[in-house]
Amino acid sequence: MRDIFSWLQFDFMKLAFAAILIITPLFGLLGTMIVSRKMAFFSDALGHSALTGIAVGVVFGVQDTNLSMVLFAVVFALLLNKISSRNTANTDTVISVFSSFSIAVGLAILSKGGNFSQYSSLLVGDVLSITRKEILYLLVIFLVTLVFWCLCSNGLQALSLHRSLAKSKGIPVTLLEYLFAVLVALIVMLSIKWVGILIINALLILPAAASRNLSANLREYHFFAVLFSMFSGVLGLIISYYTNVATGPTIVIIASILYFATYFYGRKYLQ
Amino acid sequence: MRERKKNVRRHASGPEDGGRPAASGGRRKPCGLHCIKIQHLSVTIGEQEILRDINLHIHCGSLNALIGKNGAGKSTLMRAILGDVPHSGQIEFKNTEDGRMQRLRVGYVPQSLNVDKYTPVSVYDMIACCQSRLPVFLKKSRKLAARIREYLEIFQAEELLDKQVCNLSGGELQRVLLSMAVMDEPNLLLLDEPVSGIDQNGMEVFYQAIHRLKEEFDLAIILISHDLSYVAEYADRVILLDREVLKQGTVEEVYASAEFQRVFGTGALIGDAGKTAGALIGDADKAVGSLTGDGARRGGQQAEGGGQR
Repeated sequence: MRDIFSWLQFDFMKLAFAAILIITPLFGLLGTMIVSRKMAFFSDALGHSALTGIAVGVVFGVQDTNLSMVLFAVVFALLLNKISSRNTANTDTVISVFSSFSIAVGLAILSKGGNFSQYSSLLVGDVLSITRKEILYLLVIFLVTLVFWCLCSNGLQALSLHRSLAKSKGIPVTLLEYLFAVLVALIVMLSIKWVGILIINALLILPAAASRNLSANLREYHFFAVLFSMFSGVLGLIISYYTNVATGPTIVIIASILYFATYFYGRKYLQ
Repeated sequence: MRERKKNVRRHASGPEDGGRPAASGGRRKPCGLHCIKIQHLSVTIGEQEILRDINLHIHCGSLNALIGKNGAGKSTLMRAILGDVPHSGQIEFKNTEDGRMQRLRVGYVPQSLNVDKYTPVSVYDMIACCQSRLPVFLKKSRKLAARIREYLEIFQAEELLDKQVCNLSGGELQRVLLSMAVMDEPNLLLLDEPVSGIDQNGMEVFYQAIHRLKEEFDLAIILISHDLSYVAEYADRVILLDREVLKQGTVEEVYASAEFQRVFGTGALIGDAGKTAGALIGDADKAVGSLTGDGARRGGQQAEGGGQR
């Protein structure tokens, strides 16, 4: 028994394990709605805006760049939401324009004077460096999300099916859209250090996408998404420990394999 | 959200609020005393005036068909009534007997939903998400399922309860959406006639369901329709719209009007004369298939769709 859990003997592994146990179900849950509402591009753009948020903090001399990062992401999310609610132009294009602009600004500022290497860890992320305090933050946002989900997921789901229909049922559609955008921004920003800009979106999308291959109703959808997310998270952490590969990418590879497996299984047996 | 809760509560506690029984307790027949007045409604988006000074009186128990060309503002009018588009002017809901104002409950049946294949949402999920605050992702409530089934039965859709929404045929989806719309006992039902995925037989069933709704529930119906022959057969009143109300009245009045001829073409034949059977204006009741330009295209689509099925 001790051998099986030998990877847990170090403190950093214990903390990383705790972090994974919080982040992955959170991402599984959130991913279900991001996929349902076809917001994959939105969450991707949000992830990229992390660099800009840090850059803005550096420019204004903010001590804690985490704060400027979160604030910027929330503003950015509200802005993107506002733009995409106007049906004037193709949402994808508009989001892409804003996302490219913001990441370019972030890179330009952070690379000034050749200092970018100190931020490069943000790209891949490192869950092994998480501290107890940071886990506490994650735990808080996890609980907030659970409460939000119990109160608002029905409305969001109805919204994703048909906006006017949801509105005719008295659901506060605009408020929900904004709340959800802010929630996604908060979660992405609070976990981006551990997961990494490059792959955070994969972690949000893949478990839900895999779950869609198997599920016939919302309960199965949520259950499988959380299950797949936690499974790839824990297995990815263990494998990365033994193979000495970065944890984030390992998790994404496992989640991708799950996606393909469920894709073929679903097409073959469930239709 | 609060509104929604109110509705749910009302159902749970049964008749109250001046005798407004839940469907289970017996449906309320149209009383003909309620009137929805739309006064000076205008919609301007950006610089463009989409709707100008719309005035309509809609009585409960009546089926009002909204006709007009593509881009005439039919859908915008519906969205304005729903409160989804900002508009000027008023929408009043009055009891004509005692002149009391009441809060208007609007039900809505869209043409289709944003669902692609493999969307993991069952009919139960969809309806429960809209009608209840119990988190649908956690648990399926037996009580709620029973209530939903009860409403689905009105439109012979009870066996669809656990089917995925994305796998429903066009006609099945319409029946489910109709069941959902009447769960709140709306005073006004806004219907967008399905354009695709329904064959001729399905359309017949759809119109019969609406007819029954009108007869058995105390509500007024506004229906966007693209099919002038069905309108002739089922509608009590017709509203011809092109940014403003060009003409309203009974089927005969509107179909015989000069405005109607101007919108849908002059003479007896409408639209693509080569493909359509002749729809005689002024003899609308007997009209066989009066297809407008886009109606003819739709006819083509239906034929293709039917072939696939």
